[in-house]
Amino acid sequence: MTKAAVKGLLGRKVRTSLTAFAVVLGVAMVSGTYVLTDTISKAFDSIFNDSYKGTSAVISGKEVVTGSTSGTAPVPASLLPKVKNVNGVDAAAGAIFDVRGNTDFAKLIDSNGKVISSPGGAPNFGWGIDTSQPRFNPFTLEKGKWAAGPRDVVIDSNTASKKHFNVGDTIGVSAQGPTRQFHISGVAKLGSVSSIGGATFALFTVPTAQQVLGKQGQYDEIFIAAKPGVSEQAVANEVKPLLPASATVKTARDQAKDVSSDAQSGVDFIRYLMLAFAAIALVVGSFVIFNTISMTLTQRVRELATLRTLGASRKQVRRSVLLEGLIIGVVASVIGLALGIALAKGLNALFVALGIDMPQQGTVVRGRTILVSLLVGVAVTVLATWGPARRATRVPPISAVREGATLPRTRLARNSTRTAAIVLGLAAGLLIYGLFAEGLATGTVLLTVGLGCILLFVGVGLISSRLVGPLAAVVGAPAERFGGAPGRLARENSVRNPTRTARTAGALMIGLALVALIATLGAGVKNTDKNAVRKQVTADYVVTSSNGFESFIAGAGDAAAKAPGVEVASSVRADKARALGSDIDVTGVDPATIGQVYAYGWTKGSDATLGTLGTNGAVVKKDFANDNHLAVGSNFTLTTPAGKNVPVQVKGIYEPPNKDFDPLLGSVSIPQRTFDSTFPRPKNLFTFLNMSGGESSQAAAGIERALAPFPDAKVRTESSFVDSRTADFDKILSIFYVLLALSVIISLFGVVNALVLAVYERTRELGMLRAVGMTQRQTRRMVRDESVIMALIGAALGLPLGIFLAAIITRALRSQSFAFSVPVLILVIMAVFAFVAGVVASMLPARRASRLNVLNALQYE
Amino acid sequence: MAIRVATGNGAGSAVASAVDAIDVTRRFGEGDSAVDALRGVSLDVPEGQFTAVMGPSGSGKSTLMHILAGLDSPTSGRVSIGGEDITDMDDQELTLLRRRHIGFIFQFFNLLPMLTAEENIVLPLSIAGEKPDRAWIDELTEKVGLADRRNHRPSELSGGQQQRVAIARALLSRPTVLFADEPTGNLDSKTSEEVLALLRDSVDTYGQTTLMVTHDPPAACTADRVLFLADGKLVRDLGRSSSHEVLEAMEEFSVR
Repeated sequence: MTKAAVKGLLGRKVRTSLTAFAVVLGVAMVSGTYVLTDTISKAFDSIFNDSYKGTSAVISGKEVVTGSTSGTAPVPASLLPKVKNVNGVDAAAGAIFDVRGNTDFAKLIDSNGKVISSPGGAPNFGWGIDTSQPRFNPFTLEKGKWAAGPRDVVIDSNTASKKHFNVGDTIGVSAQGPTRQFHISGVAKLGSVSSIGGATFALFTVPTAQQVLGKQGQYDEIFIAAKPGVSEQAVANEVKPLLPASATVKTARDQAKDVSSDAQSGVDFIRYLMLAFAAIALVVGSFVIFNTISMTLTQRVRELATLRTLGASRKQVRRSVLLEGLIIGVVASVIGLALGIALAKGLNALFVALGIDMPQQGTVVRGRTILVSLLVGVAVTVLATWGPARRATRVPPISAVREGATLPRTRLARNSTRTAAIVLGLAAGLLIYGLFAEGLATGTVLLTVGLGCILLFVGVGLISSRLVGPLAAVVGAPAERFGGAPGRLARENSVRNPTRTARTAGALMIGLALVALIATLGAGVKNTDKNAVRKQVTADYVVTSSNGFESFIAGAGDAAAKAPGVEVASSVRADKARALGSDIDVTGVDPATIGQVYAYGWTKGSDATLGTLGTNGAVVKKDFANDNHLAVGSNFTLTTPAGKNVPVQVKGIYEPPNKDFDPLLGSVSIPQRTFDSTFPRPKNLFTFLNMSGGESSQAAAGIERALAPFPDAKVRTESSFVDSRTADFDKILSIFYVLLALSVIISLFGVVNALVLAVYERTRELGMLRAVGMTQRQTRRMVRDESVIMALIGAALGLPLGIFLAAIITRALRSQSFAFSVPVLILVIMAVFAFVAGVVASMLPARRASRLNVLNALQYE
Repeated sequence: MAIRVATGNGAGSAVASAVDAIDVTRRFGEGDSAVDALRGVSLDVPEGQFTAVMGPSGSGKSTLMHILAGLDSPTSGRVSIGGEDITDMDDQELTLLRRRHIGFIFQFFNLLPMLTAEENIVLPLSIAGEKPDRAWIDELTEKVGLADRRNHRPSELSGGQQQRVAIARALLSRPTVLFADEPTGNLDSKTSEEVLALLRDSVDTYGQTTLMVTHDPPAACTADRVLFLADGKLVRDLGRSSSHEVLEAMEEFSVR
């Protein structure tokens, strides 16, 4: 029996390889995801481990507020001599070195005066290292010398080679103040990492770094080397009593682990996101396999029955079918695993193209990757074969001698309509309950709605065989009208076996529904966001950093304010702070001008309230006030990233439009003067400008001139600012589309499979049609039209389903006043795509059908 | 010793020939394993005649029919249908020729399961993109006895009824020649009789030239003329024969 199964597979090469391909792509996605994320992860690990290579323990400032743009609390420089005097300390060095990427930003400026940065926001570091103590130096010099004087800088080798900088050249650096020119004394790389991705670094002497980054008298970290025989932990313990409350000491290993966990959680996020898409691809793949194996078995009824008459038991028949699945699964998984390694490079190229350039270190293929890929691929295939294998056992031996014997229907198939009705009913119940019942917790809503959506998918899948007929009549109408007899026969062929067509189209439906869902939600998010931003901003121009979401040098805002024609200039400082037990966004606004450029949606107070802020007055967001039971007159304390406490009093409460959608100001806004005196190294998030003559090219040119010394600052008109807020979102959407495209491609293999099998099955029929006068062209057309009809049925099921799900989710998010908008253009593109995909999928089977030898076909059994 | 089989009417006959084959050979395979299915067959089927081709299995009768119908090409020799030489036609030309000149009846009926009886009947015309003549369809369905079954699908029809649909389908385009490949091979004797009577009737009523391959002697008896094939050669040409004569001839060539 084993031999029969293997020989059978070999005898059906095209079918077998098409089936296998459905698994190959899914597995490739899994292994590609692991390879890519492991490679990035390893690079991060190397960065952090190399950073503390010769170090026993590290003193760093505590992270008072997570994710603050001004970083951790500083370590006073005065601590260094005291540390050096500790018994177990062999050597110690202070450094401006925070590899986490929240602070120490110094942007390099290329020869055209443009900031060198990747659009995805990889960090641009500015660091100061004491190179007189090489044991603490994580960098490897590739060319030239370490920075020695106040005008020297060492840059990373990536930037040097990409932007053609050499030792001896001059390069601009923009950090806390206007751009300053430095002399490149050397080119270095961080540890052994081959690529730090889109990140850049500028390495100064420690005093220069302190000055450039506004950290005079402070260090980020003090590196400690223990005397021989003193353990890392022991030296850390010895140093501990010397530290101020804002600082902490950790062994080098712990420190590396701590700083890497942030980066790793980002990598984890990418990994799980991509695995989710891989899972979708595998589900679609299993659909395709299930359908293909079912079809193949239908054609082999006689063969199976013959085996039964020859004495094969039901168990043996089942085993032989399962064995086929197993072999396909193993072969496909191995190919998929290998393909995944190539796919990892492709995915990385995609990310880089979209500005997300992450560090790389070789190509990491871990045991886990191999194990999971093989396991998942084989399991999915074997599971998909299970149903057909069970059905195969029900073939009675008598079918061996009967013409046109068919597989008996399963109980599930017989009751499919009832099952579908029950599932759809359940889905509707859950959705109605989740969406319309009053007073449900958000978690309950999401759970019931989510479950309802999944059941809806299953239900539509089950009922789809009933919809195939009417849908084929609609989408097949043009074929029938313009395609003559071949078009008509194509339509008839597509409904000959509705279950098969439904499954084939169903695989496509999943992918297209998800595209429609994402596109619709995406359009909703974008519109809501744009609306929200438009409602908030009443300025003519907005100055931001070049990527729009980082903060920029406060001096740039002051410079812009002096541009000709500026009537009102209002800068908004931003950072994070700790308040009432959570980390919140705090903005520093200019009470005199903010009301003219920003539209507060006042709940309590008015623009006049801004004049009463004094030094410790605050305007808070309604949600924040509600969550913390604050009212006008309430007092609370902000803790800045530097560890300073700032007492504030609520003077006004406002609610931004569309709530959580892109509120430009933080949960708490305090007067700028208070912000500047309490937050370290204050930076601007926005500078809003109103011009005396409104928007004009002259005004824009004037502002740009004023901003020339600050290459990182970018001025935008109000409308282009609104657009820029959602630009990154488009990138994320396109990543989603690309990842979903894989599922769609897999489902196309299902269409190819179904057609190839149909051509086999209808060989004699095709012979007859050719004999009574069907030309090769007409034959191709007939197969192609059937393919297009199947693809369009997939689109006709999937696109509305996706839009419907989006509408449901929109409804579930109604408290966010989330807008629902149908992205007509994308849907039209998807429908056209389905059409083209149908044509492409039909090419191979149509060719086969038209090239059949009429005579052989007529005698085919 | 190939026999040139001519029409019974003699030279200068006013009856044109529907099918004309000259010295047709067909070899399958190459070298040692080559098999000569036809070794020089010449024949000529006059218009309006019902011809049966008989022979033991392996005699080459099916190959002959396939070549005459343009489904297979001869290794040497020439074939014309309705006066047109089809020997060197390409697939497209042959397809168009089949539309105009040839009707087929198969052993396994070969109806499309998803079409109704009437849709199956008009299928060749719709493939050719032509409008069927309503009155002609009605007459044909009446003639084959399916007037009350025209909206049934093949699965709802008996074997005999299915073959009658196939006959109507073949007659619809009034082909120059109708080829029937073992039309009764898959039917019981009573239904076979009905189907043969129908073929005979179409020859008599419409003058439909028909060439039938069969190994069933009673079937051959319905024909105007019975040709015997053995070892790839035409060995006997009988006129209208009785079952007994046919059997006798069969015996002679299969025993040899």
